[in-house]
Amino acid sequence: MELIADSLAILARWDVALALLVGSVGGVLIGAIPGVGPAVAIAILLPATFSMDPIVGLTVLLGIYGSSMYGGAIPAILINTPGTAVNALTTYDGYPMTTRGEPRRALSLAYSASFFGGIFSVICLILFAPVLARIAPLFGSREIFLAALLGIILVVVAHRGQTLIAAALAGFGIFVQSIGLEPVKYTQRYTFDQPFLSGGVDLIVVVLGLFALSQAFVLLTMEDEKTRLTRLRGGVFQGLRELARHPRIASVSAGFGVLMGMIPGVGEFTAQFMSYTYAQRTSKRPEDFGHGSSEGLIAAETANNAVPAAAMVPLLALGIPGEALTAMMLSVFYVHNVVPGPALFQNSMDFVVALYIALLILNVLVMVFLLVATKPLVQVVRIPNRFLGVCILTLSFVGVYSLRNSVTDCLMAAAFGILGYILKRLSMPIVPIILGMVLGGIMEVKLRAAMARVRAPLDFIDRPVAFILFCMIGVVLFIHIRRVLLDRREIREAEWQTKHRSTRFGGLMSRRKNSLLKARGKAVRARHSRSPRR
Amino acid sequence: MHLAEPSMSSEKERRFAGPRRGQLVFALGFIAISGLLIVQIGVQTVWVDGVRLAAQPRFWPAVGLGLMVAMAGLHLWRLPWRRVTRFDRTEALRWLMVLEYCAWFMAYVLLVPILGYLPVTLIFVSALAWRMGYRSRGMMAISALFAISVVVIFKSLLSVRIPGGAIYEYLPGALRSFAILNL
Repeated sequence: MELIADSLAILARWDVALALLVGSVGGVLIGAIPGVGPAVAIAILLPATFSMDPIVGLTVLLGIYGSSMYGGAIPAILINTPGTAVNALTTYDGYPMTTRGEPRRALSLAYSASFFGGIFSVICLILFAPVLARIAPLFGSREIFLAALLGIILVVVAHRGQTLIAAALAGFGIFVQSIGLEPVKYTQRYTFDQPFLSGGVDLIVVVLGLFALSQAFVLLTMEDEKTRLTRLRGGVFQGLRELARHPRIASVSAGFGVLMGMIPGVGEFTAQFMSYTYAQRTSKRPEDFGHGSSEGLIAAETANNAVPAAAMVPLLALGIPGEALTAMMLSVFYVHNVVPGPALFQNSMDFVVALYIALLILNVLVMVFLLVATKPLVQVVRIPNRFLGVCILTLSFVGVYSLRNSVTDCLMAAAFGILGYILKRLSMPIVPIILGMVLGGIMEVKLRAAMARVRAPLDFIDRPVAFILFCMIGVVLFIHIRRVLLDRREIREAEWQTKHRSTRFGGLMSRRKNSLLKARGKAVRARHSRSPRR
Repeated sequence: MHLAEPSMSSEKERRFAGPRRGQLVFALGFIAISGLLIVQIGVQTVWVDGVRLAAQPRFWPAVGLGLMVAMAGLHLWRLPWRRVTRFDRTEALRWLMVLEYCAWFMAYVLLVPILGYLPVTLIFVSALAWRMGYRSRGMMAISALFAISVVVIFKSLLSVRIPGGAIYEYLPGALRSFAILNL
């Protein structure tokens, strides 16, 4: 109780209240505009939050992260276009509800499910915080190194079908973070004698290039889409009542969200997929899924909104971000010399709980805002794509230039923007680059520190947590290799089954000719055999 | 290099995550750049005698570049396509189209310290909106409003570090300092 009172004291400031309001409303708006997404917004706002207190800056960013998914459900349900990537599953059941004339019901259900997911995860984590505070000190340098390695492996293997290129891009991230003056022996690494590379490549420059500028380029080079909005009718509270009829699906989905959110590199998509599959398998009407099922909508929205709070766990407890958005938030901690990790849990538990309470308040604020302002809010989906591109390009300038007022930073961000654009065009993942950069830096420092105390290679895993992490890495790699081998066998079998002779006209005629010749030959031979011998 | 003949796609092609166009060009380019970088490792990093492998300055660039070369090589080997088609070339040209917007962005960056944040943002947003085909009075007004609000929010309210334009030096006393701080 005392801990919660201390945490509330941290939050009881006008600037934190303003940050909560800006974060929640801004996040919903950003989520509701298809093509922006929380990553772009956080990347742009990151340098602006450096001048704020850590709690204020983090509240704004966390607000955007947590509330964007609420907003993202609006275009997913109304125009079949997910506002953020994680709302893709919402379109499966949300849009069919709109087409049969129930947009308000779908929206209300999505808000209620998201609200439940958000609140459930925060309460779980507040209760779980004391346990985490006990576990976190067991993590020394080698454990953090192994956890970061596990994180990077999970991020790579999570991109099924693209594992090889995801690993190559993670390698690129590790390489980029190693550029510049190396801090131990003070030698230059890949600076090509250019002074601007001596300080290294800033994470924010890369993030802004890969997320914001690339998105601006994508929008500027695409056509505007015509959107038709459906009129909203019906009560806004019916979703809460409907949600109360499916407590099992809601709580299991939120549970999946919390669990998956805590594991680095896994995140919303896996949580949603697992909850949706669970809901479909246990439903009395599984045939409705994908055709406007309320259970499907609840599973998807509850799971994705339970993730943000849980994703903060590896970041706060170990200093290891599990995905791109928390990786960006890590830089806010570093700028203020607040080092997330076991020490933060031991010394500043009130700060950690304050962040969770901020998330709790945020969910309530967003819910109230949405219940009141959905009608005018849906109009933001009308903003034309290319104009949105102009806006993002303008805002990206603030993000990059305000960092160091450096033209070379802007040039580098533009180069990363082009790379991000190419990756987006090819549907390749961007997140491994960011996590390669962040986790690569952590692994470099922690491995150096850990190896100083290790005599034989096996000493590295002689502590229980290190051994468990090592085993987990082994299991993840084993499962992945097994899956790759099974996939290959499946492909080979499928190719064998569909193997057919050429369908080209020439080939067809050739086969026909042979058969004709054969038949003709038979006929001729038969006639000859019947004809009287001379 | 010649055109791909129209053929039925194989199971491997059907299961490939992402579009076909541009994949081969990207993989070849990525490997070429990674190869060039790894060749430079002896010159661009140093090996310090008497230091353990994990603490060597060369270790982590080698890990990163090694992963890049090995994994991109495997990716290229597993790609279901071996020929650059005209679709790949069209895609590569589309990547180059983005250079125009990079030029817009860099012009914006270079002009802000000279002409000042507010004037350049006003010109930039309106001109780019015009270039993108939004030429109605309404859209021009929205562009100007957006530009002004960006400057007010970031420079005047959040005091983000963006220098005042060199042109502001010619303004009279109080207006000069106001412009440098807020516009």
